[in-house]
Amino acid sequence: MKVRDIIDILKCQVLNEGALDEEVKTACGSDMMSDVLAFVKDQSVLLTGLMNPQVVRTAEMMDMHCIIFVRGKKIHEDVVALAKQKDITVLATPYRMFTACGLLFSNGLRGGCDIQ
Amino acid sequence: MSMLHLHYDVPGDDFTRAGEASGDVKHKLKRLGYEPDAIRRVAIAMYEGEINMVIHAGGGEATVDIDPDKVDILLQDHGPGIADVSKAMQAGWSTAPDNVRSLGFGAGMGLPNMKKYTDLMEIQSVVGEGTTVHMVVNPGQKGS
Repeated sequence: MKVRDIIDILKCQVLNEGALDEEVKTACGSDMMSDVLAFVKDQSVLLTGLMNPQVVRTAEMMDMHCIIFVRGKKIHEDVVALAKQKDITVLATPYRMFTACGLLFSNGLRGGCDIQ
Repeated sequence: MSMLHLHYDVPGDDFTRAGEASGDVKHKLKRLGYEPDAIRRVAIAMYEGEINMVIHAGGGEATVDIDPDKVDILLQDHGPGIADVSKAMQAGWSTAPDNVRSLGFGAGMGLPNMKKYTDLMEIQSVVGEGTTVHMVVNPGQKGS
């Protein structure tokens, strides 16, 4: 799917618009950036409920191009400003983590793990 | 003399700035045309190190030497030091306080992750004096 499709599927608000027509195949959902840095490989979308600038830095290091903040949380402008600087798309969905991941999975996005 | 010599102060009092140095190195390697896999390995390993210096040591310094066949990263702090380095290298072992976990870190994956992504990693630590971490990434080797 394209990043643009995620906006519709998860009823997202777009906080920073990067490359919306980019094709994405895999995603990961985590509130622990340590785990994202340790276990993620080649996933281009990050779903998280954690809201600090280190989410953007983690996505940057991992070459992820799209961050989705779940549970309709209010995102601090510092976070959005950093994402803008790094050219990373930032979306906010009202869905909770489990539902957001489930909706994306049922629409074809995968986790990219070996056991799938 | 390396092709490119970089030095960064990593401030210990501002968690939001942790990762600035790693981001800059990543950007420079990209511009120099290094392969994406090597760039990512350098970025992750150095970022983990930066986070460690901010969380545990009140900041420190990062020195990076970039050559065609090797990226050399030296992280130095004057923090409390690591009492048992072999224990700290175990996945899941952490001394990070709860407030660090609430920031998304402190899962005990930092040092093992730095070792995983680099071709060489050495730690020298003296309790009460500080810690030095030396890492080397050779583009074209290992693969994450």
